[in-house]
Parts: sequence; C-alpha cells; structure tokens
Amino acid sequence: MSFRPAPRRIEEYRFDRQPPREAAIPTARQNRNGLLLTLPLLAFIAVFFAAPIGAMLWRSVSNPLPASLMPRTAAALAGWDGATLPGETAFAAAVEDLRALPERQDAARLGAQLNFDYGGLNSLIRKTAREAAKLTPPYAESLPLLDRKWSDQAVWAALAVGTQALTAKNYLAALDMRYGADLGVVAAPEKERLYLMLFGRTAWVAGLVTALCLLLGYPLAYVLATAGPRTAGVLMILLLLPFWTSLLVRTTAWIALLQSQGVVNDLMVWLGLVSEEGRVQMVYNLTGTLVAMTQILMPFMVLPLYSVMKTIPPTYLRAASSMGARPLQGFARVYLPMTMPGVAAGALLVFILAVGYYITPALVGGPGGQLISNLIAYHMQQSLNWGLAAALGTILLGAVIALYLVFNKLAGADRLRFG
Amino acid sequence: MSRSLLYAGLSAAAIIGAMAVTIRLAEAAEDKSLTVVSWGGAYTKSQVEAYHKPFTAETGIAVVNADYNGGIAEVKAQVESGNVVWDVVDMEVGDALRACDEGLLEPLDPASFPAGDDGTPAAEDFYPDALNECWATTIIFSTVFAFDDSKIGPNKPNTIGDFFDLQKFPGKRGLRKQNPKATLEMALIADGVVPEDVYEVLASPEGLDRAFAKLDTIKDSVVWWEAGSQPVQLLADGEVAMTVVYNGRLFDAVAAEGKPFKIVWDAQVMEYDTYVVVKGAPNKEAAMAFMRFATATRQLAAQASWIAYAPARKSSLPLVGKNAANGEDMLPNLPTPDKGRAVTVDPRFWADHQDEINQRWAAWLAQ
Repeated sequence: MSFRPAPRRIEEYRFDRQPPREAAIPTARQNRNGLLLTLPLLAFIAVFFAAPIGAMLWRSVSNPLPASLMPRTAAALAGWDGATLPGETAFAAAVEDLRALPERQDAARLGAQLNFDYGGLNSLIRKTAREAAKLTPPYAESLPLLDRKWSDQAVWAALAVGTQALTAKNYLAALDMRYGADLGVVAAPEKERLYLMLFGRTAWVAGLVTALCLLLGYPLAYVLATAGPRTAGVLMILLLLPFWTSLLVRTTAWIALLQSQGVVNDLMVWLGLVSEEGRVQMVYNLTGTLVAMTQILMPFMVLPLYSVMKTIPPTYLRAASSMGARPLQGFARVYLPMTMPGVAAGALLVFILAVGYYITPALVGGPGGQLISNLIAYHMQQSLNWGLAAALGTILLGAVIALYLVFNKLAGADRLRFG
Repeated sequence: MSRSLLYAGLSAAAIIGAMAVTIRLAEAAEDKSLTVVSWGGAYTKSQVEAYHKPFTAETGIAVVNADYNGGIAEVKAQVESGNVVWDVVDMEVGDALRACDEGLLEPLDPASFPAGDDGTPAAEDFYPDALNECWATTIIFSTVFAFDDSKIGPNKPNTIGDFFDLQKFPGKRGLRKQNPKATLEMALIADGVVPEDVYEVLASPEGLDRAFAKLDTIKDSVVWWEAGSQPVQLLADGEVAMTVVYNGRLFDAVAAEGKPFKIVWDAQVMEYDTYVVVKGAPNKEAAMAFMRFATATRQLAAQASWIAYAPARKSSLPLVGKNAANGEDMLPNLPTPDKGRAVTVDPRFWADHQDEINQRWAAWLAQ
C-alpha cells in the first residue's frame, strides 16, 4: 500500500500543530454582555442594510399611489372578468375618482404611474381629469366621446391592474410578461422582450470575467507569493496602483487604448499585423466589456489567492516531488487543492461584483455590452419606474443568494479565505 | 516681545472686524438678489453676458448663478420640503412640462411679456408653444448630423437620406444611445415622412415599426455615444464618417479648435430650452421681471453672439450679430426652422410614449 497524502490530511495536520484551546463555557451573564456589545453593529445593519433591502422588496409589489387616488375604480373593476368592456359602474367610478382628485398635480402623478403599464394613459388621465367636471351620464357614452381610447378594453385592463394596491405586475414585466387586455398573463411582444435575455447575458459575462480573472490571476498570485520580498513588493504596488485609480479614469483609458484609431490598433497597423482598413473593433462591444472588467476586478481575485498561497510552505511541493510526483502532478494533487479556498473566495467575489457592474459596461459596452444593472439604473434615474427597478433588483439579489447557497454547499463557506 | 504681541492682537481684531463687515455687506446684498439656475460652462456664460449683466445694470438686482444637471428632482425636493432657494431655473422643455404638471412651478402670465422690437405681440413673436403658462423659452437647440469635410471625399452629404446611405457614403455612423428621442424623428424623415406628420406617424404601431426598420438598415455600422462631447471626439478621431450631434457642441469644435466639420441641417430636430419660476420662489416678483427682461427681443439676440443656439423669438433673428470670439456671422450657424426639413420636439408626445418606446429601444439595441 503506497502512502498517498490527501490534501485534506495536510490541512488537518497543520491545524493539529496548534495547541488545543481551553474550552471555556461562557456564563449566561457573559453571553448577555457579549450580545450587548454587538448591539450597535446590529442596529447599524438593521438601519443601513436590512431596512433598504426590505423597502426595495416592498416597493416591487406595492403600488400605493394609484390605489389611493382611484379607490372607486379599483373597487368597480375588482370583479371585472376582462371578457368585454366593463359596465357603466366602472365608467362612473373612474369619472368620480378623477373629479375627486385632491390636487391638480395628482392627475399628472397618477398618469405618469399608469403610463408605465400602458403608453398613452398619461395624457388620457390628465385630459379626462381636466374635463371630468363637464362630463354627463351615462359615462359609458360620454367618456369615449371625450377620447375614443376609453372604449379600448386594454385601457381598462391597465386601470384594473394599475389600481391594485398589491401587484405582481413588476415581476411579470421583469420576466418579459404582462397582463393582457383580458387580464390573462401573456408574453410581451417580441420586439419589447429584453430582461430575460439581459439576465442571461449578465450571468454569461460575469462567468467569463471570473474565468479570465482566474486564468490570469492565478499565475500572478503564485509569483507574488513565491517571489522574494523586493520583487513581491513591487508586484503588489503594480497590482494595487490601478486599484487606487478612479474607475472612470481606468475605463476611459481602455477606450483610448482599444478604439479603432487607438494605441493598440495603431501599433498593429505599424507592425503590419492588420491593414489600415482591417483595424479590429475591440471596444463598444462585448470584447471591450470583458477586457475592462477583467482588469478592474483582477485584484479581487489575486488578493484572496495570494493570502492562501502565502500560507503554503514550499516544502510540500518538494515533498511531493521527492515522493516521485512530476511537477504537473504535484501541482494538480497537492498545490491546487490547497489553494481551492482562495480560488473559491476570489471567484465568488469577482462574480458577485461583476453581476452588479454598470458604469464600465455602459461606457465601453456599446449596445451589445449592456448588462441588467444598466437597465436597473435606467429605471431608477431616467424612467422613474422604481417598482420595476425594485423587481429587477430583487430577482438579481435572489439569484446571487441562490448562487451563494449552492456554492456554500459545494465549497463550504467556512473554508473561504477572503484575503 | 509685548509690542509684537500687541500688533498681532490688533491685526487679528482688524481681520475679524473686516470679516464681520463683509458678511454684513453680503447679507445686505442678498436682500436684492435673484438665484438663477442653469447648466454651467459656456452656456451659463452666454446667459450672464446677455441677460444677467444688463438686468443688474437696469434694475440693481444682483443675479446669483447656480449650476445643476437638469431633471426636476431638486426642484421637487425644494417645493415639497417648503425650503425653496431657487428662483428661476433653466429647464429642457420636457422637464418643464412635467414640473408644471406636477404643480412645481409658478404660473406665468404670457400676456405680460413684452411685444417684439418690431411690434409683434409676444404670443405671435415666440415660436409655437414657446411661451405659455408654464415656461418661457429662451433658446432652441438642435440635434443634427455632421461630417468631417477633410475626410468625406469629393461627394458631400446634404440630406438625411445620405446619413442612411451606406453605399454612397461608406463608414461608421454615430448615434445617441440612451434614448431614441430625435433619432426616430430623423429616421422617419429619411424614410420620406414630412416633418408635420412625424409625431402622428410615430404614435401608430406601424409608424414606429417604420422608424425602427429604417434604423435597421444602418444598425451594424453604428458607433453609439452617450455624453454630448463624445460625437465631436468620434469625428475628430475618425471613428465615424458621420455622426448625430448637438449643433452647439459641433459649432464650438469648429470655432474654438478650427476643426473642418460641417453640419447638415436637413432633418434637424429642434428642441426648446426654457426658463421657469419655482413655486414659492423667494423672490417671485424679481424672478418674473427677470423672465420678461431676459426673453425680450434684444437679450435673446445678444445671447446668440456667445453660443450657437437660436433665439426663441422671430423678431430677434435680424438683430443677431457676430460671434464674440472669432467674429463669424452667427445667423448661418443657428438652428432656425428655415434650414432643411426641421422638426420641433413635441414634449407631450414623449411624455405619453417614452415608457414603451424606450423599452423597445433598449430591446432593439440589445438584440
């Protein structure tokens, strides 16, 4: 029977060398005091972490403004089946709600909210609110006379959905679905489908960036961990220097380097590698996003790897080769398994950061390099459709948590080393 | 030793005294001042020269500048918290419409605005919808397309059709990425829609399809830009043969840096930039007086000497002079409706349709 040192054994051996700790059982009083000490931190987490996330979750399903401004319409449409146009009660309820709007600007706020679900409701609501006082019953006739959109069943479906206080519409929209004119769930028109594809692309890009970071970062971390102190110091500065430079500056520098009239292309033309007409498009596409994100996220991969590699004594590899392992075998059987906690931590850090990236893809990504975060930012800042932004963010958060749990099951979070 | 201490004490007292007097003076001046918020840079400078200085000279009311980056968030926060510190704000017409609808603005009285220098009443002197209860337009800027004269070859593009003609004019095209405002309008005109019908066509699903189909023909050759300074850089770097660009930015590159760039005015998409008064403005009366003064014929004409934007009053055009920096005639460089087939952005159309059109735009881009 040959002696085969399993890597796990080596680690245990290392831990075994430490003197065993005195196992002191804390008293109840000590326990309470310890808890008191963590209170400020818990309060901080509750206020600045849990509460905002809770608010985001809540915003993705709640829809308070239209529900509070059009309570009669919401009630009248509650039992509507969506098969035909609703009856006079619903028309009258809508008119009454719009007459009763507390302030002039409420019509605009209501219109802007409802417009997210059905383009054109913005002006329809404002116009109808302006003229509501002059309308006469039966409203099922006078409303379509004011604007023929009122005889469009899709408008009523949008009102029925849009005036519910609790709604799943944001999640449907985030998954490229919506409520149709008959209140059934239908897929969005093909030309407007966007988010599922972007979720997929985001995961794909984040995975590629993680793989590239690992591929390039592993040898770098190895050199860092095994070089002499002087070389290691210089390498560390080189690694961290870009880290201290503004994200925007680094991203813009990549544009200057990679664009078709940029430094890299100029060099290749000068060397005769490509012709003047054959300049390579390396930016404003997926390539640009990958290059820039890999460079920016590299330290997050290298530092955990470095911290793990630093603790592996070179004697282990020598021991492996003394027992007949070829260099590659020694690496695969001894070194690589021992660096796995660093690989796992680095990969997790880079992947999660990459999933949330949006400035770099926005600048160097072009239309093909947009990620889901770009759309979340768009809905937060431009369209002000915060409900949809919250739903997209919640799905992203859920996916990352699920990934972490799976990862934990496979790699074991207690073994991760974050540097 | 004790003498130098005495001197030190005396000079410290003098400095503190002087500071106190300065602060008192500043407070006194603030009683008669007006806060006007705008976009900063060359644009604010043009307003200072054309509006602020003559206004202060005539009324004695000092004008304080503040910069912002557009949007209605800050105005909304001030009005809703009851702590209004801005008086007049320079807003894009779309933002002005939204702010007005949400009740964040003081209503104006269009009838109180002075007639043009040629006697035309204000209501007719301003371009359509440039003056109403919500806003008073100062300038018109345009989204146009431009090319580098030194690189384009012997044939020069002169209509929007040439922008979409990759056979006749090979090379990349620059387009704005964030949203398709102005781009869809240009695509429809290139497809043969007359400017007056653009928004009617765009409001129908078939019309929207038509605009996107036109853009499909050049999609593979497009370089997308985000910031207003980028298209000028793209042209300068030779990254694109032609690009859509804001006319003012392109003029600056030509006037200040002598770049051989040329604007094609056909299918220019004009957009209003307006002055509004914030609801509950601390100096409401002075703000109203300032609006009437700044949007008078002569002030609007004077601004065009400083920046390549067109005055919102027709009566200002004959008075437009030469560029303050290089002495060039400004009128040929201003986005006036007589140049090419011109469209004016309809803020109400975009308020209604931006949500679904922008979503479709994002999906189209990502495909």
